[in-house]
Amino acid sequence: MTRISHHLTDALLMAYSAGTLPEAFSLTVATHVSMCDECRARLGAFDSIGGALLEEAAEPMAGDSLAATMARIRAAGGTPRARPPAPRRTGVLPAPLCDYVGGDLEAVRWRPVGMGVKQAILPTAKGATARLLYIPAGAAVPDHGHRGTELTLVLKGAFLDDDRRFGPGDIEVAGAELDHMPVADIGDDCICLAATDAPLRFRALIPRLAQPFLRI
Amino acid sequence: MACLARIRDSGDEAAFARLFGHFAPRVKAFLMRSGADATLAEEVAQDVMATLWRKAHLFDPARASVATWIFTIARNRRIDALRRARRPEPEDLPWGPEAAPDQAEALALQQESARLGQALATLPEKQRVLIEKAYFGELSHSEIAEETGLPLGTIKSRIRLALERLRHAMK
Repeated sequence: MTRISHHLTDALLMAYSAGTLPEAFSLTVATHVSMCDECRARLGAFDSIGGALLEEAAEPMAGDSLAATMARIRAAGGTPRARPPAPRRTGVLPAPLCDYVGGDLEAVRWRPVGMGVKQAILPTAKGATARLLYIPAGAAVPDHGHRGTELTLVLKGAFLDDDRRFGPGDIEVAGAELDHMPVADIGDDCICLAATDAPLRFRALIPRLAQPFLRI
Repeated sequence: MACLARIRDSGDEAAFARLFGHFAPRVKAFLMRSGADATLAEEVAQDVMATLWRKAHLFDPARASVATWIFTIARNRRIDALRRARRPEPEDLPWGPEAAPDQAEALALQQESARLGQALATLPEKQRVLIEKAYFGELSHSEIAEETGLPLGTIKSRIRLALERLRHAMK
């Protein structure tokens, strides 16, 4: 497991634990947690807040509810079902992403967006969008700011943003205050998962004209 | 904890009835506090408890208390029933829970969870309300302010240790 140095925020983990994130953000959080034991443990801690809240209050069940539940269980086959453990990951994409792509990296249907950059928009509910980005070694994603939140999770390769380096498993959480221009590391092409809950605002004219077509 | 093991190992209905008596009313209350009416909450609570029977073998007492595990099932059902949204789950660990988890470790986690419950109960009113709102689905992630002072450090370290032991056991 690679060393991960950029993690999820508490607010994102709490909202994911509570189940209130838009789908595109949930996908990104689930993918990062699949790669990062530190955040898997932190998520476990946030889930235990949910457990503590569950213990707080009780509401009487209907009189026949236990019998009704046992009937449901018998209708579904009765004996508790054992399941073989999940297979070890062999490809690049963690399982939650594979579900959206329909396979590993080779199944991604890339669309060129210029300057060698490619993207594939993933099918998620409205409220936020998720896309895979392919940035050739040394290329830049145009300088942009945000209205909402942008999450960028590295799956392969690395990118640099100012003096910070993001490698596989690292996630950048950018809020409205950040203007930035991520650049793929020189060594290797960079593939990342990016999720936003508002359109990005580009500084330069040309990306702004292209924006409706890129759906960035 | 022992009840879940008996359900998993021998389909013990008496053990299930005990868990049901404690948790089904709590799941129902959780759903009603999240905006479900009583009829829907009753229906979903039964469904959650049936899921618990079916998935008893997935419970890992070194990584979650029984209440926490049931919370995660109830939360997922709530998302299906109330929001009709998808919430992708992290990849399963390839090794799943240990067949015979370390009793001392599991007990320590359950105690840690109880301590967290007490700590939450004594938080300042304002912070406590915020957390309840977050978990009952009334706040977006950007409305969830930085939560300082949540006593999550020890429980996180314990789960982290459990993950490391599992990973080590797999090598």
